[in-house]
Amino acid sequence: MARIVRLKVNGRARSDAIPDNRLLVDYLRESLRLTGTKMGCDGGECGACTVLVDGEPQLSCLTLAASVDGAEIETVEGLAVNGRLNALQRAFHEKLGSQCGFCTPGMIMSAEGLLRRKSAPDEADIRAALSGNICRCTGYVKIIEAVDAAAAALRGQPA
Amino acid sequence: MSEALPEFDLARPATVEEAVAARAGAGDARYLAGGTDLVVNMRRGIVAADRLIDLTGIAELDRLDLDGGGTVIGAGVKLAAVAENAEIGARYPAVAEAAAVIAGPQHRKMGTVGGNLCLDTRCVYYNQSEWWRRANDYCLKYRGNVCHVAPGGDRCWAPFSGDLAPALLIHGAEIEIAGADDRRRMALSDLYTDDGADHLTLGDGELVVAVHLPADNWRSAYDKIRVRDSIDFPLAGVAVGLKERATGGPELRIALTGTDSRPVLVDGIAEALADGFDDSTFPAIEKRLKKQVQPMSTTTLNAPYRRTAAAVVAKRLIARLVG
Ligand SMILES: Cc1cc2nc3c(=O)[nH]c(=O)nc-3n(C[C@H](O)[C@H](O)[C@H](O)COP(=O)(O)OP(=O)(O)OC[C@H]3O[C@@H](n4cnc5c(N)ncnc54)[C@H](O)[C@@H]3O)c2cc1C
Ligand code: FES
Ligand code: FES
Repeated sequence: MARIVRLKVNGRARSDAIPDNRLLVDYLRESLRLTGTKMGCDGGECGACTVLVDGEPQLSCLTLAASVDGAEIETVEGLAVNGRLNALQRAFHEKLGSQCGFCTPGMIMSAEGLLRRKSAPDEADIRAALSGNICRCTGYVKIIEAVDAAAAALRGQPA
Repeated sequence: MSEALPEFDLARPATVEEAVAARAGAGDARYLAGGTDLVVNMRRGIVAADRLIDLTGIAELDRLDLDGGGTVIGAGVKLAAVAENAEIGARYPAVAEAAAVIAGPQHRKMGTVGGNLCLDTRCVYYNQSEWWRRANDYCLKYRGNVCHVAPGGDRCWAPFSGDLAPALLIHGAEIEIAGADDRRRMALSDLYTDDGADHLTLGDGELVVAVHLPADNWRSAYDKIRVRDSIDFPLAGVAVGLKERATGGPELRIALTGTDSRPVLVDGIAEALADGFDDSTFPAIEKRLKKQVQPMSTTTLNAPYRRTAAAVVAKRLIARLVG
């Protein structure tokens, strides 16, 4: 079965016919061609598919698109401001928080959820917020530095 | 595309009654809450359903009532909400502590109390891809004839590893269940039986609506051992409760998860404590605990280690509470 599902994706209202068994990650990647969101595992293990659902980081690989009818979805593509990287994206780039880049969109969406809740997170807060995201490349140190730097930049402080 | 989910139809009821009605008449129907267990298992091909009944639109399941004497936590309340609720943390510390260490932050925003209590049992021979299981001729829990953990036996040993159940058992929780004709309440411990292939006693189509906790003055704590502290299931999880009494020593309760196919409330603790706390108390408790749990080779850590570690965690928690 398919049904009409209304979602706001990266600020834009949409209304699409979506099969009942379609995962949110497949809807984003295949139907909307928003391929920033990644699939890193066979379900629930890695966090690469993290998107914001009504502002909260959630796993799009375990979410049925039809069951979030009415929700606001944000993906990494929605973060840029006027075509420029936002503070988190810039910090991941400048602090080498990204190597192969596969985990990066999920990391950034988890970090984005954190910074909206807490403007001055300490290292423990950052580690806790990213504990559902796995990275095979960086060893995490640079990722934590990047989130810290982005938080400082957003507060108007030099990193 | 990801490995597509098999075809099913989705019902999105607005009330408990509609949810129960949607289940009747469908061949193989399942309730879907946060999906952090069910969708994983469906993607792996170990759970099949031709109808999913999405519970997330049912307002009654989100009930969180902390005003009265007791406490009611709706089955749809998210794990993150339980972990972060200061009142739950004050009244039932083990419950908040257990919720805070379930999976990762994204799962806790999605996963629910009801889904955690009704979590499927787990095993290294079961939570695997289709080709892996097929190469092993499947297993007794799903599609096969033999339990690879205990091939000579006739039962499945997959352990239950939900973290909330032992913490709720310590506080004497009851659950409210809706069926086709009526609602009933029963002790949480009666939800489970010690069979890894069929560990829940829920009748056909029955839905867990809420958890009821009595007002009590048990102090409690929860901890678990796992491979990665950031995200993993308990290889042994322990909840301890302690209540001071006007006369006589304190009363103690210990409950475990991750060791057996059901959560275990350890028996005979009162006898071990009959003469109050002294040097012989813990060895007496440890003996009872180790005798009553039966971990098997269902995880990456071996069974004797898990049994020993469970006792160590219990000892640490008791020390913390007696403090
Ligand atoms: C990487 C990873 C790590 C995890 N770590 C842990 C962990 O450390 N500890 C832990 O306990 N769990 C863990 N989990 C499992 C899961 O995230 C949680 O147990 C969660 O609470 C499940 O809740 P849910 O709402 O997502 O359940 P769902 O997946 O929606 O449902 C689970 C089962 O319960 C049934 N069900 C749901 N609600 C009801 C209801 N109201 N009445 C009757 N039946 C119902 C469903 O039909 C299904 O069979 C982990 C999962 C993953 C992917
Ligand atoms: S793709 Fe790995 S958690 Fe979703
Ligand atoms: S940068 Fe490669 S997985 Fe994280």
